[in-house]
Amino acid sequence: MTAKVSQLNQAPAHNPPAAKKASRKFRWRDQYVAYFYLIPAALFFYTFLLFPLIQTINLSMWDWSGIQGAPATWVGLENYTSVLSDSNTIRALSHSMVFIFTFCIIPVILGITFAALFSRQKITGLIFFRTVVFIPQVIASVVIGVAWRWVYQDRGTLNVFLGFIGIPSERGWLGDFDWALIAVGIIGTWVMTGLCMVLFLSGVGRIDGDLYDAVKVDGGGAFREFFTVTLPGLRTELTVATTITIIAALRTFDLVFVTTKGGPGKQTIVPGTEIYRLGFRENEIGEAATMAVLLAVVVFALVRTVGWLLRDRDQVGS
Amino acid sequence: MNSTTESPVKVARSKKVMTPKEFVLKLFMYAFLSMAATVVLIPLVSLFSVSIQPPTSTSTSLSWPTDPAWGNYVEAWTKGDFPLPLLMINSLLVASVVVPVGVTVSVLAGYAFGTMKFPGDKVLFYLFMIGLVMPFEATIVPLYYQLRSMGLTNTLWGVILPEIGLFCAFGIFWMRQFFMASPPALVEAARIDGASSLRILTSVLLPTAWPPVLTLATLMFIWSWNEFLLSLVVLDRSTRTAPAGLGIFTGQWVSDIPVLSAAAIIVALPTVLLYIALNRKVISGVLQGAVKG
Repeated sequence: MTAKVSQLNQAPAHNPPAAKKASRKFRWRDQYVAYFYLIPAALFFYTFLLFPLIQTINLSMWDWSGIQGAPATWVGLENYTSVLSDSNTIRALSHSMVFIFTFCIIPVILGITFAALFSRQKITGLIFFRTVVFIPQVIASVVIGVAWRWVYQDRGTLNVFLGFIGIPSERGWLGDFDWALIAVGIIGTWVMTGLCMVLFLSGVGRIDGDLYDAVKVDGGGAFREFFTVTLPGLRTELTVATTITIIAALRTFDLVFVTTKGGPGKQTIVPGTEIYRLGFRENEIGEAATMAVLLAVVVFALVRTVGWLLRDRDQVGS
Repeated sequence: MNSTTESPVKVARSKKVMTPKEFVLKLFMYAFLSMAATVVLIPLVSLFSVSIQPPTSTSTSLSWPTDPAWGNYVEAWTKGDFPLPLLMINSLLVASVVVPVGVTVSVLAGYAFGTMKFPGDKVLFYLFMIGLVMPFEATIVPLYYQLRSMGLTNTLWGVILPEIGLFCAFGIFWMRQFFMASPPALVEAARIDGASSLRILTSVLLPTAWPPVLTLATLMFIWSWNEFLLSLVVLDRSTRTAPAGLGIFTGQWVSDIPVLSAAAIIVALPTVLLYIALNRKVISGVLQGAVKG
């Protein structure tokens, strides 16, 4: 049974795309029966995701305290001008950019470098390494936050390690004005690097080995090999890894909430914590919704940009 | 995946020829892998070592105590400053509804998208896929007031129902992949025999669908268990799920570091154990789900 299923799973890869398209779908006698299968999922999805998303845009145009029965005043785009001119917003968004660096760019570079360097090597114990480096993906970020709080404390593992290599330090990293943001960002690197490594490793395994031989026959070196075979072959994985990690960087809330709560001062505030503060601590519902709209716009824009930058240009050897 | 990774190893071994360059490369590779694995494990092992320090200890570094205080786990479970068993039961209750209902609605919708052609199929599918990209944080404010007006705040339903809506986007995507890959001839034959679409789903396609369904159920369990923000804002003290309860507690002044660490480990245990048991399914689910998108 298992063998059969894995065959079924692989089936489309062997079919030419045209034949797949023609035979994949069936015309039911009554094509509208499909809608009945969609209704349950659509109900949940619309009620608890799509409708609130639309409501966010609506709420961002009102001044409302959120208190039951309290009147709401239509203010149009006023929330946008006040939120965009608030230094906290700029601060939160610029912190997000730092997080894009630590959650996305560093892990992607580490992952792709590893995959490229060792693309032709057979790894003994791959399953073990893969299992270990992937663990951060399944642990609740609250627990990750607690673990790292201890690492970063004045007498924590990091300072013990630094003392060991000859840089004695008594800094409490998460409470330090200059270091807190970087410290939280590095937790993101820790969470995401394993995912990127595993992703690129599985992608590089699917690249046709003959392509590497062809480069070698042509007299190409390691760099040619990387830019003409490895990188194009990993385009899908690169898009996926970048998209996933950028979304994670921008929407971070749990980690910051548990490690620093945005502090010290406002050194680690991010859009997620701002939405929480405005919406659930200061009862500025309109401004919280405005922040949420901004966050969603930035996420969609960046995801589209990544998709566009890494699109399949369909040119051989470019 | 297995066969491709294991068989070449045997080939390499049987040849037993390795140039110095290859040897250095291999050395580098294992050094890199070991370092990555060590860096991943250090914070977790530190957390564990802190959790068995004597109860009065304020040390937070990685050091093995001479006399491991396993009693911290008992204390975290029974007398901690927050009701851990209650929180764990709440989390379990949430997951025990989210997983079966989430999987079911995903299978039904994935079946429609994967095997049927109908007006608006593309538009509807892309609409669902918004759920994969959209940051959930962007909907939490109106969602809270909506749940309040529905009378669902401070009830587990206030977390269960949105989670199903949130996770079904991936579920639909995932199951559609599977149904698209099933051989059309199988379905065609059943149709000619006069089977209804529901019958084809339940007796022709679902019997072969259990591996992807199990993967989906595992992922949904992990996501549901780890969900934080929703539980934080929608639930109160007595209905909170484990991560939110722990998160609130760690925000306050921490009086007993070892016991808190023990509690954190207990909260992480269900998903980690599930992952260790089904790691190939979890990894391939995340990878395939991501790459095919």
